[in-house]
Amino acid sequence: MAIKQKTKSLKARGEDLSNTFFQLDVLNGKQVTDAKFTPFAKKIGEAGFTTLTPTTLEIFQLNIGKLCNQTCTHCHVDAGPDRKEENMDKATLEKCLKIIASVPSIHTVDITGGAPEMNAHFRWFVEECSKLGKKVINRCNLTIIVANKKYFDLPEFFAKHKVHIISSLPYFSEGKTDSQRGDGVFQASIKALKMLNEVGYGKEDPDLVLDLVYNPNGAFLPDDQASLEKLFKRKLSTKFGISFNMLFAITNLPISRFLDYLLQSGNYEEYMEKLVNAYNPMTVQGLMCRNTISVSWDGYLHDCDFNQMLELKVATNGSQHLDDFDLEKLKNRNIVLNQHCYGCTAGAGSSCGGEIA
Amino acid sequence: MTNNVNLRKMADNSYFKPEDLKKFGDITKWQETLGKKFFEYYGEVFKEGALTAREKALIALAVSHAVQCPYCIDAYTNTCVTKGAEEEEMMEAVHVAAAIKSGATLVYGVQMMNHNNKISM
Ligand code: SF4
Ligand code: SF4
Repeated sequence: MAIKQKTKSLKARGEDLSNTFFQLDVLNGKQVTDAKFTPFAKKIGEAGFTTLTPTTLEIFQLNIGKLCNQTCTHCHVDAGPDRKEENMDKATLEKCLKIIASVPSIHTVDITGGAPEMNAHFRWFVEECSKLGKKVINRCNLTIIVANKKYFDLPEFFAKHKVHIISSLPYFSEGKTDSQRGDGVFQASIKALKMLNEVGYGKEDPDLVLDLVYNPNGAFLPDDQASLEKLFKRKLSTKFGISFNMLFAITNLPISRFLDYLLQSGNYEEYMEKLVNAYNPMTVQGLMCRNTISVSWDGYLHDCDFNQMLELKVATNGSQHLDDFDLEKLKNRNIVLNQHCYGCTAGAGSSCGGEIA
Repeated sequence: MTNNVNLRKMADNSYFKPEDLKKFGDITKWQETLGKKFFEYYGEVFKEGALTAREKALIALAVSHAVQCPYCIDAYTNTCVTKGAEEEEMMEAVHVAAAIKSGATLVYGVQMMNHNNKISM
């Protein structure tokens, strides 16, 4: 099913914001506003954290590439069809497998992108993780399933390996979904959801979990997850007969294309103010960067996918890359914080698994 | 004050200032007891009850238009959007307010007719 792209990647447009240093400058008040927001690292001091340190490494997250069949307006990865260069090769995936196999506390492999399925080694990698007995999460944009006939059997493949599917669907109607993700995305997503339901996803089988991700379609924070889940369940079931397991309400972090949108629409300061005012100290304990390592397509290690997109590598002396992975050094690191982190602590908090507190 | 004057005042930003909404809580400074009671009541009203918080937000949006309060229109547009209200639902809510307001005007037409009939041969 054809999708009409909303935009091009910042990189393809040659925007200043495609430079991560520029993004960090904006976030730290050096471009558009005075640095009027308390530094996040200082703010978490109020929750009793002088530094933020990791707990146990449980989730090994890989961003296996920026290639995507969509170019969503809010994308924090700056992904798109033009990002053909930044994709993980087999040798790097093999290095990941070695680490995953050797660290028993890693129970989950979380695969994201881009559209991870577009990486030529995706299926092989999922099979290998599954052989290791690890739980596999795939962050699927849904439309890839119906984008080309070579992907039509993905639902069966996912089911065979009991892959936990987490998919974005910002809204239960066409207009708002397509304005964020591209014309045609809503219809294609509905078709893909039905295909997933047909093989048993999103129903009672505890091995076939289909969770959806809601992220606000503009410069506002998500409402509480439980109410949104109830609403999405009712609407998707009555309108389309679709079922799913949970809805994760995720806050848009002010980086990459969402930062571009905020600046272009004149919403940046007000949005930052909303994030800062909604700071909730109860969320700090459960921040996802505490039990996760996020690997980029070229093998570098980061505290989370957002830090990865800002090219903020883990703050370790050595062990910044798969080649010198050292669990002890990683355990003893301080997590790299910056102003975008306010997106994770606003309201009920936000992580790859939705609300925190 | 007519609506035109209102609009002009808003345009030169000298009367209605969007940022004043953030200071709404300050009204307690000059009358704490009543102010606090009002905000407690207000908070309680908008909690999930027999009506969902989303339904209440749509009602509030309609009423905001009926009372033509720019602060409330901004605030309840935000709340409706946050609570996943569809654009069509929001516009229908505004039409409900408009229908009641126009109905309330038009129903006086009966009084006009009555009076006309009374004074006419
Ligand atoms: S948000 Fe997801 S689906 Fe959209 S462009 Fe980014 S990676 Fe692709
Ligand atoms: S952006 Fe990353 S490092 Fe910052 S709080 Fe969120 S998860 Fe942690």
